[in-house]
Amino acid sequence: SSKRSEGARFVRMPKADGDAKLLIQSLNKAYAATPTNLKIIDLYVFFAMVTALVQVGYMGVVGSFPFNSFLSGVLSCIGTAVLAVCLRIQVNKDNKEFKDLPPERAFADFVLCNLVLHLVIINFLG
Amino acid sequence: MIGVVKNDIVKLFGTIKSYDDGTFYFDEKYVDGSEYKGPITTSASVVRGVTSFANVVSGKLNIPGEKILGLAKFFLGIGLPGSAKDCFNQIESLSLLENNRIFVPLILSLPSKVLSLTSKDQLKVEVTTVFGSAAPPLRVNLVQVLGSDSKIITTDSKELQFDLDNNVHYLDITPLKIDVGKYSLVFEITLQDSEHETVYTTGGRNTESVVVTGLIKVDKAEIGISENDAGSAESVEKLDLLKDTKVSLSANHLQKLRLSFQLSTPLGRTFKPHQVFLKLKHESKVEHLFVVPGSARQFKIVLDFLGLVEKFYYLSGTYDLELSVGDASMENSFLRALGQLELDLPEAPEKAPRPPAQAVDPLAKFRPQKEIEHIFRVPEKRPLQEVSLAFTGLTLLPFIGFLIGLMRLGVNLKNFPSLPGPAAFASLFHAGIAAVLLLYVLFWVKLDLFTTLKYLSFLGVFLVFVGHRTLSHLSNTTAKQKTA
Repeated sequence: SSKRSEGARFVRMPKADGDAKLLIQSLNKAYAATPTNLKIIDLYVFFAMVTALVQVGYMGVVGSFPFNSFLSGVLSCIGTAVLAVCLRIQVNKDNKEFKDLPPERAFADFVLCNLVLHLVIINFLG
Repeated sequence: MIGVVKNDIVKLFGTIKSYDDGTFYFDEKYVDGSEYKGPITTSASVVRGVTSFANVVSGKLNIPGEKILGLAKFFLGIGLPGSAKDCFNQIESLSLLENNRIFVPLILSLPSKVLSLTSKDQLKVEVTTVFGSAAPPLRVNLVQVLGSDSKIITTDSKELQFDLDNNVHYLDITPLKIDVGKYSLVFEITLQDSEHETVYTTGGRNTESVVVTGLIKVDKAEIGISENDAGSAESVEKLDLLKDTKVSLSANHLQKLRLSFQLSTPLGRTFKPHQVFLKLKHESKVEHLFVVPGSARQFKIVLDFLGLVEKFYYLSGTYDLELSVGDASMENSFLRALGQLELDLPEAPEKAPRPPAQAVDPLAKFRPQKEIEHIFRVPEKRPLQEVSLAFTGLTLLPFIGFLIGLMRLGVNLKNFPSLPGPAAFASLFHAGIAAVLLLYVLFWVKLDLFTTLKYLSFLGVFLVFVGHRTLSHLSNTTAKQKTA
């Protein structure tokens, strides 16, 4: 019934506006269905990317003088985001490829890789 | 047998070599570098052999006296040899010649080769053996005096008087009216005892060169500036060249500088010294040298500035004048500062040659040098501290957002094992990760890479062990939950 009312409204309002709203609402609904642990990982990725953006903005304001530090900071954010995405792929139960991989193993890999990444980052930070 | 040797010695002396100045010597043919002994060694071995032979044999060896004298002059003429062996050969040969049984050479020498007319020096001649022992009674005659270009000055023979106390023959040369200059004196030695003719050899005529010096008179010295036409009104100053003078002249490029003087010897003749130079030195240290030409009457130089403008590099200003006259036989050679000349030359055209760069004081490089200011690299502009701190805060914001988001998602610690064993491992796992992160912070603040890696290896091993225990426990629990 909600669909029909939306459809009725659909006839009266302009097409593009209604399309966008419909798309976002359906996306939100689908996303709500994902398991919590995946949502945590998604949040983590989002947080890492925002931090990277903040650093890029800072460099835009004050210039790139200690360039190695800038690179180190940004790459640490992006690196950890990449590792988190890998973890998400491996942990996702719907993913047929990694069916046999226990999620704890994937998490252990994630922790180890992060530690190695951060060692390199700290060395490069200067 | 002895006769054969005597003949061979005569033949050997036939191969003797000589120089133009009357020295005789023996030399080998140069065959091999390592075997070649040189004239000193060869002549010394001949002298050694011949004198030793003559000392023991009866009768006279048929060797001409001039060759013995020539050998003695050879050994005396080589000065102080460079090697000990040559030195020994020289001294040994001379000592063997000193009183040998062939001929004893008598050497004529002059103790002083410079005779001064001013101090009325006497000509002194010594005749001795090679080592300076007294000669037998003899007469020395000055036979000829030759001038510098072999011009014969006198030919009448003058006998030198003998001073017994000093063993020297002397002659007063003032009556000879010899002027200053270089001369060759020819002496003749005659032995008074005819028996000594077979014992001693004198070489007959000996030539020695001497320099006669004296005071040169400088007079009629004049300096002045004249106009460009010859012989017009001159401003002439008389100079006394016996001391430094301080004339002050001024001229422009249309005028000429004249300098003239006369030089005469103690005997009144015109004297032509070896060096007569006039030097003009500009205040910027540029120098010009002129030779003063001399005629039979006087020395005169005329500097026509019109023709010299380019040579002087168009430099106007004050020039110092200096006259130098010198010769070996002049006892009063001088270098006199005459004074100064203000010279006014036209402006240099564009193509004129530049004066040569003057020599830099060679000691200048050892004096304190110019200080070098080091230009340091300008440090990069850094942002204000407030801006940096603001952005640090901004960077932390997403983290806080993350924590808030986690809370909203309902993150809990439900899966934390409750049993003490696994709980301990789980806590140690988290503690281990925290320790590694703390190590990284220390690494950034003060540690170096090697220390960090060392501690990291310990922590890493620990963490792997603990992590494995915790995670395998967790996975077992999850599996049990699934199956259960």
